[in-house]
Amino acid sequence: MTVSRFRTILYIVVAIVAVAGLADATYLSVQALTGETLSCGGSPDCFRVLGSSYAKVGGVPVALLGAIAYFCVFAFATFAAFGYARARTFLIPTIAAMFLATLWFLYVQAFLLHAYCRYCLFSAALTFLIAGLVIALPPERNRSVP
Amino acid sequence: MTKELSRRNSPLVLRMKRYLPFVIVVGVALATFGSGAMLYRAKHPQLQAIPEDKAVSANSGSESMHIRGNPDAPVTLEEFGDFQCPPCGSFAAFGEELLKEYDSRLRLIFRSFPLSVHEHAREASLAAEAAGLQGRFWEMHDVLYREQAVWSKAPNTRELFESYAGTIGLNVDQFKKDMDGEQAKARVDSDYARGESLGIKLTPTIYINGQPVDPKDKNPDGVRAAINAVLAGKPQA
Repeated sequence: MTVSRFRTILYIVVAIVAVAGLADATYLSVQALTGETLSCGGSPDCFRVLGSSYAKVGGVPVALLGAIAYFCVFAFATFAAFGYARARTFLIPTIAAMFLATLWFLYVQAFLLHAYCRYCLFSAALTFLIAGLVIALPPERNRSVP
Repeated sequence: MTKELSRRNSPLVLRMKRYLPFVIVVGVALATFGSGAMLYRAKHPQLQAIPEDKAVSANSGSESMHIRGNPDAPVTLEEFGDFQCPPCGSFAAFGEELLKEYDSRLRLIFRSFPLSVHEHAREASLAAEAAGLQGRFWEMHDVLYREQAVWSKAPNTRELFESYAGTIGLNVDQFKKDMDGEQAKARVDSDYARGESLGIKLTPTIYINGQPVDPKDKNPDGVRAAINAVLAGKPQA
């Protein structure tokens, strides 16, 4: 398998994982918007986590921002898989920001709220997986831009 | 081989390759937005405010409902809850925090709304009402939520409820009779009918002075904001 092909496959895997994250974040966004944070998946800790002041930024549910971030990762990875060089340059900072945000939210759950929302943990796992996949990408070589 | 290469590099294939990522991204965006909107519509309940004739005023007789806190408090938080629903358990603990925080300015009213998906919820409501007939509704309410994880999955739920009755100092023989009695059933049915008439489908559903708390505000900050708005004399949204 060529390096180029390996990179393409990794981008496709990143895009697929991002779709899983997008589904998770979309579900949480709907829960936040309908107020069903009390009963997400029957987990009582959702109430503490998603109902906390940390779950919103400027009145916008963090889950919604997460959904947008996952969609961006999906879109950039898809374009990168098709050889769009500029998409690759956007992909890394987006994932880095998501990784840092995930670390912050894990800290909030563990040390400030003392409660874990399983959907948030699933999202954290997906972000770590995406970050791992991006780290595994072989170094860039000059490629033609379509 | 040459034929294959020329097919791959044909203008049509190249154009398709160029536009395919756009098609995929737009397709996923539409699918996400569509499914999110459908989920939102399915989950967003249409709750009605409690009509004047069904409203709980400060002077309403306390014998027909379970009140915690100052009976003459200016703010009434009415909860429709299910004893087997974990979020209701979380809310019960939060309710106690609210009572401490707002002291004499708040009273809580609990209405049983056992959901059919919860196997033992109705039996738990009957246990709470039977305890209420001996003046210990809230003690049983607290035990049921505290021990929810235990009795929800236990095969001998009834025995556990009877042991809880003993723990909180009830006459257990009387409790057993009351659990099967018409009075407890009538009270549970009456609360449930009230909830149904208001369009309730999920628990907990919360009303503050007769106005439903918007589901998106069903969190600690949202509930506090709604209570503060009533105390400040602002009309509720």
